[in-house]
This record gives sequence, structure tokens and C-alpha cells, in this order.
Amino acid sequence: MTWGLENVSVTIGKTRALDDVTVAVRPGRVTVVVGGDGAGKTTSLRVLAGLLAPDSGTARRPAKETIGYVPATAGLYGDLTVAENLDFTARAYGLSGAGHARREDRILDRTGLAGARRRLGGQLSGGMKRKLATGMALLHAPELLIIDEPTTGVDPVSRVELWKLITGAAAEGAAVAVSTTYMNEAARADQVVLLEAGRELAGGSPDDILRRVPGAVGTAPGPQRPEGPSWRRGVNWRVWAKDGRLPPGAARVEPDFEDAVVVAALAASGEGTAS
Amino acid sequence: MWAMIAKEFRELRRDRRTVAMMIVLPVLLLVVFGYAANFKVSDIPVVATGPQAGQAASLLPAPTFKVTEIDPHASEAQAETRLRNGTATIAIVTGGARPLLLMDGTELFSVQSAQGALSRLSPPGGMSPRVKILYNPHLTTSWVMVPGIAGLILVFIGTLITSLGVVRERQSGTLEQLAVMPFRAWDVIAGKIAPYLLLAAVDLAFIIAVGMGLFHVPFTGNVGVFVLGAALFLLVTTGMGVLISTVSQSQGQAIQLAFMTLLPQVLLSGLIFPVSAMAAGVRWISYILPLTYFIQISRGVMLKNAPLSSLWPPIGLLAVLAVVVLGLAIVRFRRDLAAGGGS
Repeated sequence: MTWGLENVSVTIGKTRALDDVTVAVRPGRVTVVVGGDGAGKTTSLRVLAGLLAPDSGTARRPAKETIGYVPATAGLYGDLTVAENLDFTARAYGLSGAGHARREDRILDRTGLAGARRRLGGQLSGGMKRKLATGMALLHAPELLIIDEPTTGVDPVSRVELWKLITGAAAEGAAVAVSTTYMNEAARADQVVLLEAGRELAGGSPDDILRRVPGAVGTAPGPQRPEGPSWRRGVNWRVWAKDGRLPPGAARVEPDFEDAVVVAALAASGEGTAS
Repeated sequence: MWAMIAKEFRELRRDRRTVAMMIVLPVLLLVVFGYAANFKVSDIPVVATGPQAGQAASLLPAPTFKVTEIDPHASEAQAETRLRNGTATIAIVTGGARPLLLMDGTELFSVQSAQGALSRLSPPGGMSPRVKILYNPHLTTSWVMVPGIAGLILVFIGTLITSLGVVRERQSGTLEQLAVMPFRAWDVIAGKIAPYLLLAAVDLAFIIAVGMGLFHVPFTGNVGVFVLGAALFLLVTTGMGVLISTVSQSQGQAIQLAFMTLLPQVLLSGLIFPVSAMAAGVRWISYILPLTYFIQISRGVMLKNAPLSSLWPPIGLLAVLAVVVLGLAIVRFRRDLAAGGGS
């Protein structure tokens, strides 16, 4: 069964937060919703979790008992210990017995929090909080795991560990939807939905998105900005030519995922049409 | 420094609730204090009974006394029932060798005002009445205050602590997670307020026990009636706490609002100033405050041995308030929960 959003539109106040967005989340796969601030990532995951009703379109999700959800704020109890947080989640989902205890131990091992059982949630570092929250969402082996920006503001080591948890959940069969602002994380996903200002700029596997980059992408040495739509990559410039004709001084390169995302945004905004 | 001052003003300008409190609260306090803070009581409700009831009633000077009932056929016991019910503060019982004045000692300021006014009277034939102060014969302040303070503490726990607890869930994002968990809205609400109800109940028992031990406050009435009144009162105050949490985005806002509900209850519930002494313009506020009714119940049960039959009006009104406030709180909280904690 594929979960997700189909042609969903949502208006919050006077803002069109989502406009005809489709996000497919398949069992055993990780779907990443990627975009900048205000792109609609959180809104799309909230609709998927059932926290927000769409104005139009369809949201498909399993029963509440089989959804795991981690909001962007982590959503754990700062005055409860790590073990107590897990215990609350277990009770909420009606888990009990030896099987549950083993799973709790396994979650603690996988999150690297086994040694922090008695530490208060509020005293954990940002990365540890995120791992605990993800562990809590995984405790009941959900069919659909939804995680909103799990790695924002998290140190690189914890980011790797969090992604291990996320891909591990998919490997166990969960359909996983994750939002992120990091392109390198999106590139690892099975499916990517690129959002900007509530609209879907591109969707598909990272390879599909790369294959569909229109025109040509080149690199030009700095500091002089090349003609046409361009953006910084380290000390050099990247330049995009919609018609495939790169400006003088720019050398053609194979676009990577970050390039593909920038080109998609430029194409959607009408950039590159005049040059 | 100027940068700091400008920044503070900009922040304040956007925190409209605090600015409103800075303007509204002093005005409110001034008005309420001005009209409610009145130790000199007038219009003390009096019932006159016995064969010379009409004649005795006519001797009482206005505006200190207000004869609300003249019943020539009522006995002393029936007069006392009026005091226990709270329908009168003073009863004049005629028919004996000397008239008997029964006074409700739980109404400290009323009794003191009445004593002052009566001392200035020269009774016909020099026959001064016998005076009997019931329920609090020595007019001990702590006897009257402990049952009221107990209610105030329940307001504090029920309203402030509950609202803070719920707002904390929203601020930490856990309310959003609860909305996704397989809980019914009722599970979340009941699970959230039950611990506070229990804590408040334990606190109440403790306060009453300390009041009885330290200040020798009597507990003359039925514990069951007291528990019934306290339970209804707690439902109202926790309902107010949940209601406040649904309109507060932060714990600071919840504290502000909780104090806005706390202050009128301190000043207008009859805890300090008698409700009957308040100006009509503010008195009506007393009648929508739950503490007003709890104080009637707690003083009634503890000091006056008032039975359920005497206390059904405040108990009934608390039940109505509980249904209205808790119902509204549940509706709003369910809506919040359905929206994942955003209000």
C-alpha cells in the first residue's frame, strides 16, 4: 500500500501553503520532502499525519496506531527520563510484555542512548533529543514513519546516526517520509519531492531529477560572475543555460543533485528564459 | 542604551496582551477595590420571627439592616435555619421575655457592623435584647478565613497549574504528538487534568487538617457534602485552567490570564469583603465567580453544620458552572488537539 498525498492543496490564513502537491510514500522506501523555509515541508507532513485537513486532494495514511510521527520540535518530555519517555510511548500504543522490553532495549542501542536511560529529556543534547524522539516514533514498529526536519541544527555525527535510524526503519518495511533542507540528504532518498512556496517543483528519484535537468550546467572560475543565471559553489560559479549554450569562460559539468534543485527553482521562477 | 530602550518598546508593542494588562489591570483593580472593599456593611439581611416580629423589625435602622422577611409564626429553630441557609445574617426572635437576636458569626463584618448599630439604639422600655452569635461565637477571623483560603488554593492549583501544564505540552510540541497517537481527545483531557484534580484534593485535605490543627477551626458538618462541593468547584477551576491554556501560546500568557481570573475571586467572592456590602455594580460579578459558591459551601459545612438541603443553591450553581466551563474547555481543547496543538 502506498501512503501519501495526492494533489493536495492547503490554505492557512491567506497563504496558499500547499498547491496541488503529490507525495508518494511507499513501504520500505524513504521519501524526502526538500525545500527552503516556507516551502511547505512541514505542512505537507502535517497533512500526511492527519494534523491538518487538506482543502482539496487526498491524504492516504494507515490507522493512527501504525503511524510514528516526530514533529520539528522533537516532541519529547523534558521532565521525563529517556526510559520514561519511551515507557510513555509504549503505554500510549498499548505495548507491554517481554517483546516490548526487548524492542525498547534495541531502540536504545540503535539510538546510542542505552547509557543515558536515566537522563532527563531536557538535559539531552540536540542530536540526542532527535534520536530519542525518532526512537519513540519507532517503538511500535509503525507502518508509516513521518519525521519533520530531523537533522536541522544537529551535528554531523548525529546526522549520520539519525539517517541510519531512518533508513533502518525503511529496511524493516516502514514507509518513511522525511523533510529536510539539506540537499545531500535528499540525494540519498528513494523518492524526492522538491517544494518551493507550496508548489511542487520536481518529484521522483534523485536520478530521475538529475536526468530531467533542462539545458546545460557549467562552472566558471570566480570572482567575476558569469552571464546568465548563476550561483556560488565554493570559490567558483555554477551557471545554467536553459538553451544549452553556456556563456564564454564556463565549462560544462555534470549537474549534481544540488545543481538540479537550483535549476528546478530557477526554471520555475522563469529565470533563464530571457538570457 | 537607546538601542535597548527602543528594542524593549518594539517588543512591548507586539506583546499586546501585556500592554493591555498594564492598562486594564490597574483600572480594574481601582474600580473593584473602590466598590468592593467595604468593611462597613449595610443592608444586612434580617428575618424577624415571633408574635412581635413586625414591631421588632420596625426598630432596626436602615441602611445598616434590611428586613427581608417577617414571619410571626416562625419559631427560634426556624429562624436559625434561615441563618444556616444563608438567607439571613441576623434573626430577631420575639415572643419570649426579651427578644433574642441570633447572629451568623461566619459573617464577621456584618455582625460587627450590626453590633455597632445596635449599641447606638435605645430599646423601648430599656429592655435590651439577648444576643447569641452562632457558628463562630468569638468572631475568630481564622475560622472564617481557613475555609475561604482553602478555596483560593484550589483556584490556584486548578486554574494556574493546570493551564501551565497544558501550555507546556503545546510549547514543547508534545501536544502535536499526542494528536497523532491513538488517544481519544477525552483520554488526553482526562489524563491531563486527573493528576491535578488528585493533587488539589490532597492539598485541600491537608489545608483543612492544618487549619483544624493550628487554628482549631471546627468541622461540624457532613464530609460528603463538603467533598461534593469541593469536587464540583475543582472541576470548574481545572476547566478554567484548560480554557486558559487554549487561548495562551506561552506559559507567560497563561500566568497572566490565570491571575486575571484569580484577582476578582480574591476580592469579590466574599473571602475578605462581604458580598452584601459591595456596590450593586460589582456585586453581580461575585455571582459568576465559582469561589463565591465554594466559600458558601465550605463555611456552611465546616462552621454551620449546614446540610445538603441548605446548600443546594451554591452546589447547584457550581454544577452549572462546571458543566459550562468544563464543556467549553473540552470543546476548545478538542479543536486544538485536532489541529495538532496549534490554536
